[in-house]
Amino acid sequence: MHELSIAHAVVSTVVDALPSPDARVTQVRLRIGELSGVVPQALEFAYDVAAEGTRLADAALIIERSPIVIDCPTCGPQELSTAHDFRCPVCARPCGAVIGGEELEILDITLEDPTHLDSQLVESQP
Amino acid sequence: MTPRIVDLRRGILEKNDVLAQSLRLQFSEAGVRVSNWVSSPGTGKTALLEALLSQAIENGTRAAALVGDCATDNDAQRLARSGAAVRQIVTESMCHLEGDMIAAHLDGWDLNDLDLLVIENVGNLVCPTAYDLGEDTRVALLSVTEGEDKPAKYPQLFHSADVIVITKTDIAAAVEWDREAALAAIHAVNPTAPVVETSSRTREGVSELLNTLLTPSRQLQEAP
Repeated sequence: MHELSIAHAVVSTVVDALPSPDARVTQVRLRIGELSGVVPQALEFAYDVAAEGTRLADAALIIERSPIVIDCPTCGPQELSTAHDFRCPVCARPCGAVIGGEELEILDITLEDPTHLDSQLVESQP
Repeated sequence: MTPRIVDLRRGILEKNDVLAQSLRLQFSEAGVRVSNWVSSPGTGKTALLEALLSQAIENGTRAAALVGDCATDNDAQRLARSGAAVRQIVTESMCHLEGDMIAAHLDGWDLNDLDLLVIENVGNLVCPTAYDLGEDTRVALLSVTEGEDKPAKYPQLFHSADVIVITKTDIAAAVEWDREAALAAIHAVNPTAPVVETSSRTREGVSELLNTLLTPSRQLQEAP
């Protein structure tokens, strides 16, 4: 159950990255690889706990899963359907060279930022 | 108010990764080989580590260990009998070690005086996988009592390992261990990692493991 540690890391990274103190976060989008060892359902549960009382309290969490991709020396990049058989699905050659599926990444955040809006209005005045 | 999307593209564990990378640099500059041992509780990490540290001391290898557990310093007390420098990291119910815990427990140790540092992670096959500790060799262990398909059930860990160790081979026959099935399951998730078969009781494989841990892992990968 390290998803709580992962959730705390998500919250603190996002809070540190917020551009202005007034920005309200409405959504956080993550990419979690099939080979990362993180269970999305457990992370969603942990996120609610970690976000409570922070500026992410009302932000929805969107988790995008990324498949395991190996780089077969013969057939090139190939997606695997399971994590327990690292063989090229085309030529059956064993291959441990993973080029996708280990991601634990914050992709983007969606903000409602009054400060930002004000500055845009000022800029648009003649 | 129009919502706007801000690209972050940040690793969730970026803080840990940056710290681990600086630890790795520190270890490599001091010339100490560091391994991170991960297995389920009861695989026999501590017993094997006892045998390995004793062997290291006999060989004149300067070895130390950091051992992680949720509670107690029982393991550190056991391991200290080998004569190696040992410290316990008590995680207080946390299920894995993180880079900052390693950094905090190196205080007062001169890494230049060490050849080998073994980090025994908290017994857990899932959570430690995502956390880089600055090690150069990740070791995944399974015992002959655990079932040959363990690597298939926990592919993330066994895939991420640089070396895979089988423990308790002295009782393999008694528990009807199917060695070929286990090796097949290991190779299916990790076609390149060397497999070392060990017994802390008979000391089978202990010297081999010690040599493996003292060899840079890039060379292990390149070995045929």
